[in-house]
Amino acid sequence: MTGELLQAAGLQPADMQALWLTLRLAALTTLLLILVGTPLAWWLARTRSRLRAPVEALVALPLVLPPTVLGFYLLLAMGPNGPLGGLSLAFTFGGLLLGSMIYSLPFVVQPLRDAFAAIGEQPLEMAACLGANPVDRFRSVVLPLARPGYVTAAVLGFAHTLGEFGVVLMIGGNIPGETRVLSIAVYEHVEALDYANAHVLSAGLLLLSFILLLLIYTSRFRRRTGA
Amino acid sequence: MTVKVDMHLDKGGFRLECAFESPPSGFTAVFGPSGCGKTTLLRAIAGLEPEARGLVKVGADSWQDANGCLPTHRRPVGYVFQHPSMFSHLDVHANLRFGMRRRRSSDAALDFDLVVELLGLSDLLRRHAPGLSGGERQRVAIAQALLSNPRLLLMDEPLAALDQASRSVLLPYLDDIQRQLAIPVLYVSHALDEVARLTDHLVLMRDGRVVTSGGINELLTRLDLPMAHGRNAEAVLHAAVRAHDTRDELTELTFSGGHLWVPRVDAVPGAGVRLRIRARDVSLALQPLSGTSILNSFPVVVAEIDDDGPSQVMVRLQAGDQTLLARVTRRSQRLLAIEPGKHLHAQIKSVALLA
Repeated sequence: MTGELLQAAGLQPADMQALWLTLRLAALTTLLLILVGTPLAWWLARTRSRLRAPVEALVALPLVLPPTVLGFYLLLAMGPNGPLGGLSLAFTFGGLLLGSMIYSLPFVVQPLRDAFAAIGEQPLEMAACLGANPVDRFRSVVLPLARPGYVTAAVLGFAHTLGEFGVVLMIGGNIPGETRVLSIAVYEHVEALDYANAHVLSAGLLLLSFILLLLIYTSRFRRRTGA
Repeated sequence: MTVKVDMHLDKGGFRLECAFESPPSGFTAVFGPSGCGKTTLLRAIAGLEPEARGLVKVGADSWQDANGCLPTHRRPVGYVFQHPSMFSHLDVHANLRFGMRRRRSSDAALDFDLVVELLGLSDLLRRHAPGLSGGERQRVAIAQALLSNPRLLLMDEPLAALDQASRSVLLPYLDDIQRQLAIPVLYVSHALDEVARLTDHLVLMRDGRVVTSGGINELLTRLDLPMAHGRNAEAVLHAAVRAHDTRDELTELTFSGGHLWVPRVDAVPGAGVRLRIRARDVSLALQPLSGTSILNSFPVVVAEIDDDGPSQVMVRLQAGDQTLLARVTRRSQRLLAIEPGKHLHAQIKSVALLA
Protein backbone atom coordinates (compact mmCIF):
# COMPACT_ATOMS: atom_id res chain seq x y z
CA MET A 1 0.00 0.00 0.00
CA THR A 2 2.65 2.53 1.09
CA GLY A 3 4.93 0.99 -1.51
CA GLU A 4 2.39 1.63 -4.26
CA LEU A 5 1.96 5.17 -3.03
CA LEU A 6 5.68 5.82 -3.15
CA GLN A 7 5.97 4.19 -6.54
CA ALA A 8 3.20 6.46 -7.73
CA ALA A 9 5.26 9.37 -6.41
CA GLY A 10 7.96 8.40 -8.89
CA LEU A 11 10.19 6.06 -6.91
CA GLN A 12 11.88 3.26 -8.78
CA PRO A 13 11.94 -0.17 -7.10
CA ALA A 14 15.71 0.11 -6.60
CA ASP A 15 15.27 3.46 -4.86
CA MET A 16 12.52 2.05 -2.70
CA GLN A 17 14.86 -0.68 -1.63
CA ALA A 18 17.42 2.01 -0.77
CA LEU A 19 14.78 3.94 1.18
CA TRP A 20 13.78 0.91 3.28
CA LEU A 21 17.38 0.02 3.89
CA THR A 22 18.10 3.55 5.03
CA LEU A 23 15.12 3.66 7.38
CA ARG A 24 16.02 0.27 8.81
CA LEU A 25 19.63 1.33 9.28
CA ALA A 26 18.63 4.60 10.94
CA ALA A 27 16.10 2.94 13.24
CA LEU A 28 18.46 0.17 14.34
CA THR A 29 21.34 2.58 14.77
CA THR A 30 19.18 4.84 16.94
CA LEU A 31 17.90 1.98 19.05
CA LEU A 32 21.36 0.53 19.68
CA LEU A 33 22.82 3.97 20.32
CA ILE A 34 20.15 4.73 22.93
CA LEU A 35 21.04 1.46 24.66
CA VAL A 36 24.79 1.98 24.50
CA GLY A 37 24.60 5.76 24.92
CA THR A 38 22.54 5.71 28.12
CA PRO A 39 25.23 4.25 30.41
CA LEU A 40 27.93 6.23 28.62
CA ALA A 41 26.02 9.51 28.94
CA TRP A 42 25.16 8.74 32.57
CA TRP A 43 28.81 8.16 33.33
CA LEU A 44 29.84 11.36 31.52
CA ALA A 45 27.20 13.38 33.36
CA ARG A 46 28.20 12.23 36.83
CA THR A 47 31.80 11.06 36.94
CA ARG A 48 34.61 13.05 38.46
CA SER A 49 37.17 10.75 36.89
CA ARG A 50 40.11 12.20 35.02
CA LEU A 51 39.10 10.01 32.10
CA ARG A 52 36.02 12.13 31.56
CA ALA A 53 37.64 14.76 29.32
CA PRO A 54 39.37 12.28 26.96
CA VAL A 55 36.22 10.19 26.66
CA GLU A 56 34.16 13.31 26.03
CA ALA A 57 36.58 14.34 23.28
CA LEU A 58 36.44 10.88 21.70
CA VAL A 59 32.64 10.95 21.70
CA ALA A 60 32.64 14.37 20.04
CA LEU A 61 35.19 13.39 17.41
CA PRO A 62 32.66 12.35 14.73
CA LEU A 63 31.25 15.90 14.92
CA VAL A 64 34.40 17.40 13.46
CA LEU A 65 36.06 14.57 11.57
CA PRO A 66 35.37 14.25 7.82
CA PRO A 67 33.22 11.10 7.52
CA THR A 68 35.69 9.75 4.97
CA VAL A 69 38.44 9.76 7.58
CA LEU A 70 36.21 7.84 9.95
CA GLY A 71 35.23 5.49 7.13
CA PHE A 72 38.82 4.97 6.11
CA TYR A 73 39.90 3.83 9.56
CA LEU A 74 36.80 1.69 9.96
CA LEU A 75 37.61 0.08 6.63
CA LEU A 76 41.14 -0.67 7.83
CA ALA A 77 39.80 -2.05 11.10
CA MET A 78 37.34 -4.27 9.27
CA GLY A 79 39.93 -5.35 6.71
CA PRO A 80 41.41 -8.86 6.79
CA ASN A 81 44.32 -7.67 8.93
CA GLY A 82 42.36 -5.22 11.09
CA PRO A 83 41.21 -5.88 14.69
CA LEU A 84 37.65 -6.47 13.46
CA GLY A 85 38.80 -8.48 10.44
CA GLY A 86 37.51 -11.77 11.82
CA LEU A 87 33.93 -10.48 11.84
CA SER A 88 33.89 -9.91 8.05
CA LEU A 89 31.94 -6.68 8.46
CA ALA A 90 33.24 -4.78 5.45
CA PHE A 91 30.60 -4.18 2.76
CA THR A 92 27.81 -5.69 4.89
CA PHE A 93 24.79 -4.23 6.63
CA GLY A 94 26.38 -5.09 9.99
CA GLY A 95 29.46 -3.10 9.11
CA LEU A 96 27.30 -0.22 8.04
CA LEU A 97 25.42 -0.40 11.34
CA LEU A 98 28.65 -0.25 13.33
CA GLY A 99 29.90 2.65 11.21
CA SER A 100 26.63 4.53 11.65
CA MET A 101 26.70 4.04 15.38
CA ILE A 102 30.13 5.61 15.62
CA TYR A 103 29.20 8.33 13.15
CA SER A 104 26.02 9.30 15.04
CA LEU A 105 27.33 8.65 18.57
CA PRO A 106 27.67 12.31 19.66
CA PHE A 107 24.18 13.14 18.41
CA VAL A 108 22.73 10.63 20.86
CA VAL A 109 25.18 10.80 23.76
CA GLN A 110 25.38 14.57 24.10
CA PRO A 111 21.63 15.26 24.49
CA LEU A 112 21.38 12.37 26.95
CA ARG A 113 24.38 13.62 28.92
CA ASP A 114 22.92 17.13 29.10
CA ALA A 115 19.52 15.79 30.14
CA PHE A 116 21.06 13.70 32.92
CA ALA A 117 23.21 16.59 34.11
CA ALA A 118 20.19 18.92 34.19
CA ILE A 119 18.37 16.64 36.64
CA GLY A 120 20.91 17.42 39.35
CA GLU A 121 21.55 15.58 42.59
CA GLN A 122 18.53 16.55 44.62
CA PRO A 123 15.77 14.50 42.92
CA LEU A 124 17.98 11.43 43.20
CA GLU A 125 18.81 12.07 46.85
CA MET A 126 15.14 12.69 47.55
CA ALA A 127 14.23 9.40 45.92
CA ALA A 128 16.91 7.57 47.91
CA CYS A 129 15.59 9.05 51.16
CA LEU A 130 12.13 7.85 50.13
CA GLY A 131 13.38 4.30 49.85
CA ALA A 132 14.15 3.96 46.14
CA ASN A 133 17.15 1.77 45.30
CA PRO A 134 19.53 2.77 42.48
CA VAL A 135 17.70 0.86 39.73
CA ASP A 136 14.36 2.16 40.95
CA ARG A 137 15.75 5.71 41.04
CA PHE A 138 16.90 5.44 37.45
CA ARG A 139 13.61 4.00 36.27
CA SER A 140 11.20 6.19 38.20
CA VAL A 141 13.10 9.48 38.43
CA VAL A 142 15.90 9.72 35.86
CA LEU A 143 14.10 8.24 32.85
CA PRO A 144 10.94 10.36 33.13
CA LEU A 145 12.88 13.54 33.89
CA ALA A 146 15.27 12.90 30.99
CA ARG A 147 12.50 12.11 28.52
CA PRO A 148 12.94 15.30 26.48
CA GLY A 149 16.62 14.40 26.19
CA TYR A 150 15.70 10.95 24.89
CA VAL A 151 13.35 12.44 22.29
CA THR A 152 16.06 14.81 21.10
CA ALA A 153 18.69 12.05 21.09
CA ALA A 154 16.48 9.66 19.14
CA VAL A 155 15.42 12.19 16.53
CA LEU A 156 18.92 13.58 16.04
CA GLY A 157 20.46 10.12 15.90
CA PHE A 158 17.87 8.97 13.39
CA ALA A 159 18.05 12.06 11.20
CA HIS A 160 21.81 12.17 11.23
CA THR A 161 22.07 8.51 10.20
CA LEU A 162 19.67 9.18 7.33
CA GLY A 163 22.11 11.68 5.90
CA GLU A 164 25.18 9.51 6.21
CA PHE A 165 27.33 9.34 3.06
CA GLY A 166 31.05 9.40 3.53
CA VAL A 167 31.25 6.51 5.96
CA VAL A 168 28.99 4.36 3.79
CA LEU A 169 31.03 5.15 0.75
CA MET A 170 34.16 3.86 2.45
CA ILE A 171 32.91 0.78 4.28
CA GLY A 172 29.59 -0.07 2.66
CA GLY A 173 30.04 0.37 -0.99
CA ASN A 174 26.96 0.17 -3.13
CA ILE A 175 25.37 -3.26 -2.79
CA PRO A 176 21.61 -3.05 -3.43
CA GLY A 177 19.59 -4.31 -0.49
CA GLU A 178 22.70 -4.60 1.69
CA THR A 179 24.57 -1.30 1.78
CA ARG A 180 23.05 0.93 -0.88
CA VAL A 181 21.44 3.69 1.19
CA LEU A 182 19.55 6.79 0.03
CA SER A 183 22.46 9.18 -0.06
CA ILE A 184 24.41 6.74 -2.24
CA ALA A 185 21.41 6.31 -4.51
CA VAL A 186 21.19 10.08 -4.95
CA TYR A 187 24.87 10.18 -5.83
CA GLU A 188 24.35 7.39 -8.37
CA HIS A 189 21.49 9.23 -10.04
CA VAL A 190 23.46 12.43 -10.29
CA GLU A 191 26.45 10.56 -11.72
CA ALA A 192 24.13 9.09 -14.32
CA LEU A 193 22.70 12.58 -15.00
CA ASP A 194 19.30 11.22 -13.94
CA TYR A 195 18.30 14.45 -12.22
CA ALA A 196 14.60 13.60 -12.06
CA ASN A 197 15.15 10.63 -9.77
CA ALA A 198 17.87 12.46 -7.84
CA HIS A 199 15.28 15.17 -7.19
CA VAL A 200 12.65 12.75 -5.92
CA LEU A 201 15.04 11.20 -3.44
CA SER A 202 16.73 14.44 -2.39
CA ALA A 203 13.51 16.34 -1.90
CA GLY A 204 12.09 13.40 0.05
CA LEU A 205 15.11 13.26 2.32
CA LEU A 206 15.07 17.01 2.78
CA LEU A 207 11.40 16.97 3.74
CA LEU A 208 11.80 14.04 6.11
CA SER A 209 14.77 15.65 7.87
CA PHE A 210 12.94 18.93 8.16
CA ILE A 211 9.89 17.25 9.67
CA LEU A 212 12.03 15.40 12.21
CA LEU A 213 13.81 18.57 13.28
CA LEU A 214 10.50 20.42 13.38
CA LEU A 215 9.24 17.75 15.77
CA ILE A 216 12.11 18.41 18.19
CA TYR A 217 11.84 22.15 18.12
CA THR A 218 8.05 22.27 18.53
CA SER A 219 8.23 19.87 21.47
CA ARG A 220 10.98 21.99 23.01
CA PHE A 221 8.99 25.17 22.53
CA ARG A 222 5.92 23.59 24.06
CA ARG A 223 7.89 22.48 27.06
CA ARG A 224 9.31 25.94 27.60
CA THR A 225 5.93 27.62 27.45
CA GLY A 226 4.47 24.90 29.66
CA ALA A 227 1.59 24.28 27.22
CA MET B 1 13.69 6.12 69.68
CA THR B 2 16.78 7.85 70.92
CA VAL B 3 19.07 9.06 68.15
CA LYS B 4 22.74 8.49 68.76
CA VAL B 5 25.23 10.06 66.39
CA ASP B 6 29.02 9.99 66.43
CA MET B 7 30.38 10.90 63.02
CA HIS B 8 33.44 12.28 61.39
CA LEU B 9 34.07 13.39 57.85
CA ASP B 10 36.80 15.22 55.95
CA LYS B 11 35.49 17.02 52.94
CA GLY B 12 37.48 19.50 50.91
CA GLY B 13 39.44 20.92 53.85
CA PHE B 14 36.39 20.97 56.12
CA ARG B 15 36.40 18.65 59.08
CA LEU B 16 33.19 17.48 60.67
CA GLU B 17 33.38 15.77 64.04
CA CYS B 18 30.05 15.44 65.77
CA ALA B 19 28.78 13.36 68.63
CA PHE B 20 25.44 13.83 70.34
CA GLU B 21 22.33 12.07 71.49
CA SER B 22 18.83 13.35 71.03
CA PRO B 23 15.67 12.53 72.95
CA PRO B 24 13.37 9.80 71.61
CA SER B 25 10.75 12.19 70.29
CA GLY B 26 10.21 15.86 69.69
CA PHE B 27 12.17 18.44 67.75
CA THR B 28 15.89 18.70 68.36
CA ALA B 29 17.47 21.80 66.86
CA VAL B 30 20.86 21.52 65.22
CA PHE B 31 21.78 25.12 65.72
CA GLY B 32 24.81 27.14 64.69
CA PRO B 33 26.09 29.81 62.33
CA SER B 34 26.07 29.32 58.55
CA GLY B 35 28.88 27.11 57.35
CA CYS B 36 29.41 25.27 60.63
CA GLY B 37 28.52 21.91 59.07
CA LYS B 38 24.88 21.49 60.07
CA THR B 39 23.73 20.42 56.62
CA THR B 40 26.71 18.11 56.17
CA LEU B 41 25.91 16.48 59.50
CA LEU B 42 22.30 15.92 58.46
CA ARG B 43 23.37 14.52 55.10
CA ALA B 44 25.80 12.17 56.81
CA ILE B 45 23.04 10.88 59.08
CA ALA B 46 20.90 10.18 56.00
CA GLY B 47 23.80 8.37 54.34
CA LEU B 48 24.16 11.01 51.63
CA GLU B 49 27.84 11.61 52.42
CA PRO B 50 29.55 8.37 51.45
CA GLU B 51 32.84 9.48 53.02
CA ALA B 52 31.34 9.91 56.49
CA ARG B 53 32.53 7.42 59.10
CA GLY B 54 31.21 6.67 62.53
CA LEU B 55 28.02 5.67 64.20
CA VAL B 56 24.34 6.39 63.59
CA LYS B 57 21.84 4.62 65.78
CA VAL B 58 18.11 5.25 65.84
CA GLY B 59 16.43 3.42 68.68
CA ALA B 60 17.73 -0.13 68.59
CA ASP B 61 18.57 0.00 64.87
CA SER B 62 22.10 0.72 63.78
CA TRP B 63 22.23 2.56 60.47
CA GLN B 64 25.96 2.86 60.49
CA ASP B 65 28.70 1.51 62.71
CA ALA B 66 32.08 -0.17 62.50
CA ASN B 67 30.47 -3.29 61.03
CA GLY B 68 28.75 -1.63 58.14
CA CYS B 69 26.73 1.16 56.70
CA LEU B 70 23.23 1.06 55.22
CA PRO B 71 22.78 2.85 51.90
CA THR B 72 20.38 5.79 52.06
CA HIS B 73 17.44 3.90 50.56
CA ARG B 74 17.64 1.31 53.31
CA ARG B 75 17.55 3.93 56.10
CA PRO B 76 14.00 4.73 57.22
CA VAL B 77 14.65 8.45 57.11
CA GLY B 78 12.55 11.39 56.07
CA TYR B 79 14.56 14.27 54.62
CA VAL B 80 13.24 17.76 53.94
CA PHE B 81 15.73 19.72 51.87
CA GLN B 82 16.36 23.42 52.25
CA HIS B 83 15.35 24.19 48.69
CA PRO B 84 11.78 23.08 48.26
CA SER B 85 11.58 20.58 45.50
CA MET B 86 9.30 17.85 44.32
CA PHE B 87 9.45 15.43 41.43
CA SER B 88 8.44 17.65 38.54
CA HIS B 89 7.21 14.74 36.41
CA LEU B 90 4.64 13.76 39.04
CA ASP B 91 1.65 15.62 40.46
CA VAL B 92 1.35 16.30 44.17
CA HIS B 93 -0.62 13.12 44.80
CA ALA B 94 1.98 10.93 43.08
CA ASN B 95 4.76 12.79 44.89
CA LEU B 96 3.15 11.98 48.22
CA ARG B 97 2.72 8.33 47.24
CA PHE B 98 6.33 7.97 46.13
CA GLY B 99 7.80 7.10 49.49
CA MET B 100 4.60 5.56 50.80
CA ARG B 101 4.60 2.85 48.15
CA ARG B 102 8.24 2.03 48.75
CA ARG B 103 8.17 1.93 52.56
CA ARG B 104 4.87 0.30 53.21
CA SER B 105 4.74 -0.82 56.79
CA SER B 106 2.15 -2.45 58.96
CA ASP B 107 2.79 0.02 61.77
CA ALA B 108 2.62 3.13 59.61
CA ALA B 109 2.07 5.92 62.07
CA LEU B 110 0.49 8.43 59.71
CA ASP B 111 -2.08 7.74 57.09
CA PHE B 112 -2.45 9.60 53.83
CA ASP B 113 -5.57 11.61 54.60
CA LEU B 114 -4.24 12.72 57.96
CA VAL B 115 -1.00 14.06 56.51
CA VAL B 116 -2.81 15.75 53.62
CA GLU B 117 -5.06 17.40 56.17
CA LEU B 118 -2.17 18.27 58.50
CA LEU B 119 -0.34 20.13 55.74
CA GLY B 120 -3.38 21.56 53.99
CA LEU B 121 -2.75 19.86 50.68
CA SER B 122 -6.20 18.56 49.78
CA ASP B 123 -6.78 21.23 47.15
CA LEU B 124 -3.38 20.78 45.58
CA LEU B 125 -3.31 17.04 44.96
CA ARG B 126 -3.66 17.23 41.17
CA ARG B 127 -1.23 20.09 40.72
CA HIS B 128 2.33 19.93 39.38
CA ALA B 129 5.44 21.70 40.64
CA PRO B 130 5.35 24.68 38.25
CA GLY B 131 1.93 25.73 39.56
CA LEU B 132 2.96 25.75 43.22
CA SER B 133 4.64 28.42 45.34
CA GLY B 134 7.84 27.70 47.23
CA GLY B 135 5.91 27.37 50.48
CA GLU B 136 3.42 24.95 48.94
CA ARG B 137 6.21 22.88 47.49
CA GLN B 138 7.88 22.75 50.88
CA ARG B 139 4.62 21.51 52.41
CA VAL B 140 4.50 18.79 49.75
CA ALA B 141 8.10 17.87 50.58
CA ILE B 142 7.31 17.65 54.30
CA ALA B 143 4.19 15.55 53.68
CA GLN B 144 6.14 13.31 51.31
CA ALA B 145 8.80 12.74 53.94
CA LEU B 146 6.23 12.06 56.67
CA LEU B 147 4.36 9.56 54.50
CA SER B 148 7.48 7.55 53.78
CA ASN B 149 7.05 6.19 57.28
CA PRO B 150 10.36 7.43 58.68
CA ARG B 151 11.85 6.54 62.05
CA LEU B 152 13.72 9.83 62.03
CA LEU B 153 12.80 13.06 60.29
CA LEU B 154 15.61 15.36 59.15
CA MET B 155 14.71 18.92 58.24
CA ASP B 156 17.39 21.14 56.74
CA GLU B 157 16.32 24.74 57.30
CA PRO B 158 12.95 24.14 55.67
CA LEU B 159 12.05 27.83 55.97
CA ALA B 160 15.34 29.41 54.95
CA ALA B 161 14.69 29.48 51.21
CA LEU B 162 11.20 30.96 51.60
CA ASP B 163 10.12 34.58 51.73
CA GLN B 164 8.78 36.04 54.96
CA ALA B 165 5.14 35.58 53.97
CA SER B 166 5.49 31.89 53.07
CA ARG B 167 7.52 31.40 56.21
CA SER B 168 4.77 32.68 58.49
CA VAL B 169 2.27 30.50 56.61
CA LEU B 170 4.39 27.39 57.03
CA LEU B 171 5.33 27.85 60.69
CA PRO B 172 1.90 26.88 62.10
CA TYR B 173 2.06 23.65 60.07
CA LEU B 174 5.37 22.88 61.75
CA ASP B 175 3.78 23.64 65.14
CA ASP B 176 1.12 21.03 64.39
CA ILE B 177 3.68 18.48 63.32
CA GLN B 178 5.71 19.21 66.41
CA ARG B 179 2.67 18.51 68.59
CA GLN B 180 1.51 15.38 66.77
CA LEU B 181 4.61 13.56 65.60
CA ALA B 182 5.89 10.72 67.75
CA ILE B 183 9.25 10.25 66.03
CA PRO B 184 12.40 12.29 66.69
CA VAL B 185 13.05 15.24 64.40
CA LEU B 186 16.42 16.88 63.79
CA TYR B 187 15.74 20.42 62.71
CA VAL B 188 18.66 22.36 61.28
CA SER B 189 18.45 26.11 61.67
CA HIS B 190 20.47 29.22 62.21
CA ALA B 191 17.41 31.26 63.20
CA LEU B 192 16.95 31.43 66.95
CA ASP B 193 13.26 32.41 66.73
CA GLU B 194 12.40 29.20 64.85
CA VAL B 195 14.45 27.14 67.25
CA ALA B 196 12.80 28.72 70.29
CA ARG B 197 9.36 28.15 68.86
CA LEU B 198 9.72 24.59 67.62
CA THR B 199 12.36 22.70 69.51
CA ASP B 200 12.83 21.36 73.03
CA HIS B 201 16.36 20.16 72.67
CA LEU B 202 19.39 21.86 71.22
CA VAL B 203 22.58 20.59 69.59
CA LEU B 204 24.87 23.57 69.37
CA MET B 205 27.44 23.47 66.55
CA ARG B 206 30.47 25.52 65.65
CA ASP B 207 33.22 24.89 63.09
CA GLY B 208 32.18 21.33 62.40
CA ARG B 209 31.95 20.34 66.05
CA VAL B 210 29.19 19.94 68.59
CA VAL B 211 29.86 22.54 71.27
CA THR B 212 27.24 21.17 73.61
CA SER B 213 23.73 19.78 73.64
CA GLY B 214 20.87 19.88 76.09
CA GLY B 215 17.39 21.18 76.83
CA ILE B 216 16.50 24.49 75.23
CA ASN B 217 15.71 26.21 78.53
CA GLU B 218 19.10 25.28 79.94
CA LEU B 219 21.18 26.06 76.85
CA LEU B 220 19.64 29.43 76.05
CA THR B 221 20.35 30.65 79.56
CA ARG B 222 23.87 29.28 79.96
CA LEU B 223 26.13 32.27 80.41
CA ASP B 224 29.17 30.55 78.91
CA LEU B 225 27.37 30.23 75.56
CA PRO B 226 26.96 33.05 73.04
CA MET B 227 23.15 32.94 72.93
CA ALA B 228 22.90 34.42 76.42
CA HIS B 229 24.83 37.50 75.34
CA GLY B 230 23.03 38.45 72.15
CA ARG B 231 20.98 41.62 72.00
CA ASN B 232 17.84 39.46 72.07
CA ALA B 233 19.06 37.04 74.75
CA GLU B 234 16.04 35.17 75.97
CA ALA B 235 14.75 32.20 77.90
CA VAL B 236 12.21 29.66 76.71
CA LEU B 237 9.99 28.39 79.51
CA HIS B 238 7.51 25.55 79.52
CA ALA B 239 4.26 26.18 81.35
CA ALA B 240 0.71 24.84 81.48
CA VAL B 241 -2.63 26.59 81.12
CA ARG B 242 -4.38 26.78 84.49
CA ALA B 243 -7.48 28.87 84.00
CA HIS B 244 -9.00 31.64 81.92
CA ASP B 245 -10.24 34.96 83.27
CA THR B 246 -13.12 35.84 81.01
CA ARG B 247 -13.65 39.32 82.43
CA ASP B 248 -10.16 40.60 81.64
CA GLU B 249 -9.54 38.19 78.76
CA LEU B 250 -6.43 36.80 80.42
CA THR B 251 -5.13 33.28 80.88
CA GLU B 252 -3.30 32.06 83.92
CA LEU B 253 -0.30 29.81 83.33
CA THR B 254 1.58 27.84 85.93
CA PHE B 255 5.07 26.44 86.04
CA SER B 256 7.18 25.13 88.86
CA GLY B 257 8.45 28.63 89.68
CA GLY B 258 5.11 30.37 89.99
CA HIS B 259 2.33 31.62 87.79
CA LEU B 260 1.96 34.09 84.96
CA TRP B 261 -0.85 36.03 83.33
CA VAL B 262 -0.90 36.35 79.56
CA PRO B 263 -3.47 37.62 77.09
CA ARG B 264 -6.13 34.99 76.60
CA VAL B 265 -4.82 31.79 75.02
CA ASP B 266 -7.04 29.50 73.03
CA ALA B 267 -6.21 26.31 74.90
CA VAL B 268 -7.88 24.05 77.43
CA PRO B 269 -6.66 24.01 81.02
CA GLY B 270 -3.78 21.58 81.35
CA ALA B 271 -2.44 22.23 77.85
CA GLY B 272 1.28 22.88 77.61
CA VAL B 273 2.56 26.18 76.23
CA ARG B 274 5.98 27.65 75.49
CA LEU B 275 6.90 31.12 76.56
CA ARG B 276 9.67 33.43 75.61
CA ILE B 277 10.99 35.91 78.13
CA ARG B 278 13.68 38.29 76.95
CA ALA B 279 16.52 39.20 79.30
CA ARG B 280 15.86 42.91 78.79
CA ASP B 281 12.21 42.50 79.88
CA VAL B 282 13.12 41.14 83.31
CA SER B 283 13.82 43.49 86.21
CA LEU B 284 14.82 42.47 89.71
CA ALA B 285 13.63 43.69 93.09
CA LEU B 286 14.40 42.86 96.71
CA GLN B 287 10.71 42.79 97.67
CA PRO B 288 7.58 41.89 95.73
CA LEU B 289 6.43 45.26 94.39
CA SER B 290 2.99 46.67 94.95
CA GLY B 291 1.44 49.52 93.03
CA THR B 292 2.88 48.52 89.70
CA SER B 293 1.22 47.83 86.35
CA ILE B 294 3.39 44.78 85.87
CA LEU B 295 1.24 41.69 86.34
CA ASN B 296 3.88 39.04 86.40
CA SER B 297 6.25 38.65 89.28
CA PHE B 298 7.64 35.60 90.97
CA PRO B 299 10.45 34.71 93.38
CA VAL B 300 13.80 33.68 91.90
CA VAL B 301 17.24 32.70 93.12
CA VAL B 302 20.36 34.12 91.46
CA ALA B 303 22.33 31.27 89.96
CA GLU B 304 25.16 33.01 88.12
CA ILE B 305 26.33 36.43 86.95
CA ASP B 306 28.45 37.29 83.93
CA ASP B 307 29.76 40.47 82.31
CA ASP B 308 27.61 41.80 79.52
CA GLY B 309 29.20 44.94 78.14
CA PRO B 310 30.78 47.84 80.03
CA SER B 311 27.72 48.89 82.03
CA GLN B 312 25.64 45.76 82.30
CA VAL B 313 25.67 42.23 83.64
CA MET B 314 23.66 39.17 82.64
CA VAL B 315 22.07 37.32 85.55
CA ARG B 316 20.88 33.74 85.34
CA LEU B 317 17.92 33.13 87.62
CA GLN B 318 16.45 29.90 88.89
CA ALA B 319 12.65 29.80 89.08
CA GLY B 320 11.47 26.35 90.11
CA ASP B 321 13.12 23.88 87.76
CA GLN B 322 13.55 26.41 84.96
CA THR B 323 15.93 29.26 84.38
CA LEU B 324 15.61 32.71 82.91
CA LEU B 325 17.87 35.64 82.21
CA ALA B 326 17.83 39.23 83.41
CA ARG B 327 20.00 42.01 82.01
CA VAL B 328 20.65 44.64 84.67
CA THR B 329 23.08 47.51 85.10
CA ARG B 330 26.22 47.15 87.17
CA ARG B 331 24.91 49.91 89.40
CA SER B 332 21.75 47.88 90.17
CA GLN B 333 23.90 44.87 90.82
CA ARG B 334 25.87 46.85 93.38
CA LEU B 335 22.87 48.59 94.97
CA LEU B 336 20.89 45.35 95.33
CA ALA B 337 24.00 43.33 96.21
CA ILE B 338 23.10 40.77 93.59
CA GLU B 339 25.25 37.68 93.94
CA PRO B 340 24.79 33.95 93.44
CA GLY B 341 22.38 32.43 95.97
CA LYS B 342 20.51 35.69 96.59
CA HIS B 343 16.71 35.50 96.72
CA LEU B 344 14.98 38.17 94.63
CA HIS B 345 11.74 38.91 92.88
CA ALA B 346 11.69 38.94 89.09
CA GLN B 347 9.24 41.23 87.34
CA ILE B 348 8.40 40.36 83.80
CA LYS B 349 7.48 43.26 81.60
CA SER B 350 6.58 41.16 78.60
CA VAL B 351 5.92 37.49 77.91
CA ALA B 352 5.63 36.16 74.38
CA LEU B 353 3.70 33.01 73.73
CA LEU B 354 5.47 30.75 71.22
CA ALA B 355 2.83 28.91 69.26
